[in-house]
Amino acid sequence: MAQDDGRTKAAHDFLTALPHVKALGGRLIAFGEASAEIEMDWREELVGDPRTGVIHGGVVSALMDTCGGAAVMAHPEKPVGTATISLRIDYMRAATPRQKLRARAECFHMTRNVAFVRALALDDDETRPVATATGSFTVER
Amino acid sequence: MADRNEPLALVKTRRDAAVSAIVAAVPYIAWLGIRFDRRGDELTAVMPFADKLIGNPVLPAIHGGVTAAFLEIAATVELTFVSLWDDLEAGRMVPDAAVPIAIPRLAKTIDFSVDYLRSGLPRDSYARARVVRLGRRYSSVQVEAWQDNRDRPFAQANGHFLMPQRS
Repeated sequence: MAQDDGRTKAAHDFLTALPHVKALGGRLIAFGEASAEIEMDWREELVGDPRTGVIHGGVVSALMDTCGGAAVMAHPEKPVGTATISLRIDYMRAATPRQKLRARAECFHMTRNVAFVRALALDDDETRPVATATGSFTVER
Repeated sequence: MADRNEPLALVKTRRDAAVSAIVAAVPYIAWLGIRFDRRGDELTAVMPFADKLIGNPVLPAIHGGVTAAFLEIAATVELTFVSLWDDLEAGRMVPDAAVPIAIPRLAKTIDFSVDYLRSGLPRDSYARARVVRLGRRYSSVQVEAWQDNRDRPFAQANGHFLMPQRS
């Protein structure tokens, strides 16, 4: 956690207290203006195909969903809560086994009730995303 | 055509073995605690509630990412089972969890689009998928998940899949 004031730390503590985020081993590494970045380590038990060691797509979805929600919470309008309405994921390639998996999300628009989010899933080669996602989230005020 | 005099126990064992082999090939399915019930060729994915599935501890509610993963697993296992059915029934393929080479490769997800209809309660979840189109290269699958009431789904999804190429 590079930045700031305690805002990132508070968000990190909140996020990693969520049981499923804890179970995945997710860590919040950036919490910007309407953006967030979360990383997690590769683990054997999260593998989708043991022949290759590639992590399951569901893990990628879970990480991007979490990161999308974090990006909504990072919005300057400071919603008190959010839930996913819809999430569409495009899987571009397999995540490289044994590398960290990262998700980066930005909330690019927020109305009174709805937040719109774009997200990327990345491994060590940032020039070639593993997956992209777009989602809509509720805004609790 | 299937042999109608084939002993029933043998038929069931073969079909159950196929489902087990598909599921056993994916560590992540076991990590989430998902299993499959089979009635003939109909599969129901079952995800018993567990604390580690929680996303919002206040409500509490199942994590949206878990819901997405559950739907995706239900879709890929159904798709694999459907695509193997004819070979399986004709005895051209004998999946065996103990023999890695006999485990069929799962289809790869191209895209997956999830609608969250209501929050997932701290209850067991069920999902059924329907292969809308089974192609040699691309397939399209629709999947729905529910908890207490079958007619009140809490999430649904559509996905496109790249089929494993047979060698």
